[in-house]
Amino acid sequence: MTETAIEAAGLGMRFGRRGKPALDGCAFRIPAGGVCAVVGPNGAGKSTLLSLAAGLTRPTAGALTVLGRSPAEVRARVGYVAQDKPLYPQLTVAETLRWGRELNPGRWDDKVAERTVAEGDLDPEGKIRTLSGGQRTRVALALALGKRPELLLLDEPMADLDPLARHQLTGTLMADAAEHGTTVVMSSHVVAELEGSCDHLLLLGAGRVRLAGPLDDLLAAHRLVTGRADASLDPHTVVEARTTGRGLTALIRPEGPRDPAWQETVPTLEELVLAHLRAPQAPVLRLDDVQEAAV
Amino acid sequence: MIEYRIDRRSGVATYVQIVQQTKQALRLGLLEPGDKLPTAREVVEATAINPNTVLKAYRELEREGLVEARRGLGTFVRRGLNTAPADSPLRAELDAWAVRAREAGLDRDDVDALFTSVLDTHFKGDPS
Repeated sequence: MTETAIEAAGLGMRFGRRGKPALDGCAFRIPAGGVCAVVGPNGAGKSTLLSLAAGLTRPTAGALTVLGRSPAEVRARVGYVAQDKPLYPQLTVAETLRWGRELNPGRWDDKVAERTVAEGDLDPEGKIRTLSGGQRTRVALALALGKRPELLLLDEPMADLDPLARHQLTGTLMADAAEHGTTVVMSSHVVAELEGSCDHLLLLGAGRVRLAGPLDDLLAAHRLVTGRADASLDPHTVVEARTTGRGLTALIRPEGPRDPAWQETVPTLEELVLAHLRAPQAPVLRLDDVQEAAV
Repeated sequence: MIEYRIDRRSGVATYVQIVQQTKQALRLGLLEPGDKLPTAREVVEATAINPNTVLKAYRELEREGLVEARRGLGTFVRRGLNTAPADSPLRAELDAWAVRAREAGLDRDDVDALFTSVLDTHFKGDPS
């Protein structure tokens, strides 16, 4: 078993006494040295999970360990970029990086931070408040990468970026992961963009884990099948099935041999995620070798 | 140095695309024994794919004896792929055949279907 970057057992988070919890009984394991995508609809608990892992808030139930310790203990080894990319608007880009260096003594890597900014063609003397959303994202990522973290937590990092910047910054992240073995955990809505760059998936829905595990294993556990509408899908687990006229399209988890008359393919990441989002009642599938915690 | 082009919509696994493009470069003589493959870092920086995918592709090429990893130095081509270079007699024959196929009124898709079916007859079951 590989080392663990983040592990949760019975993890719950409730804001205030009323209402539904943001996270409820989550158990999962994210291995170190990979790139994990945290996916789910709005309000699924993605941002809550990342801020808990960053040690900014404490869970109201269950346990969460990051790099083998409590999140607050390992803050120096973790980089976190929040969704709204908080930066000081009155500082210049260069001042912001200097601030990063001063706050991370012994860890800071000027070269990485400066290169990340330089790729975006940013004026080091420009004030943060004059930057576009995408340029601010680049500065926030430069700060996080300059810290030389073992674990990088990114909340919707690519949301404000144009396609070229998105490709470049994903490349920068992947290069950092390749060179230093940095574990990257990022949430995103743009599922198609994640295909190819992530190797582990955590799908959240309504505060609970829906799918968790190595991406290849999760994809291989599903089949997209097309057949006649009168075909029986037993004994397979059906995630989602739709009939149009005489035809049937379904995403299933095969349990034994399939009807040879069906056409079947392994789904793409996007197909897998969309089917699960459309079918919130589909059973949970966890392939990340965690014992189900008693909650 | 070879540059990989990843097509995310092709339905072919990303690591397989890297393996195939490397082999294609070996066949065409764009890569020769002793040449260095780009590092995983260089590949992922340019393509924004997962580093483990590149390592998986390189392991596969190594398993087939085409490349070797030298610790701390990189991954190097061990041998070329024994096929027809651009000026071989086999290519000339195929070229002449394509001209005849066109004269006979076949379009690109017809030729493609014909070629694939002949390939399937002769190379069925071979590892690609």
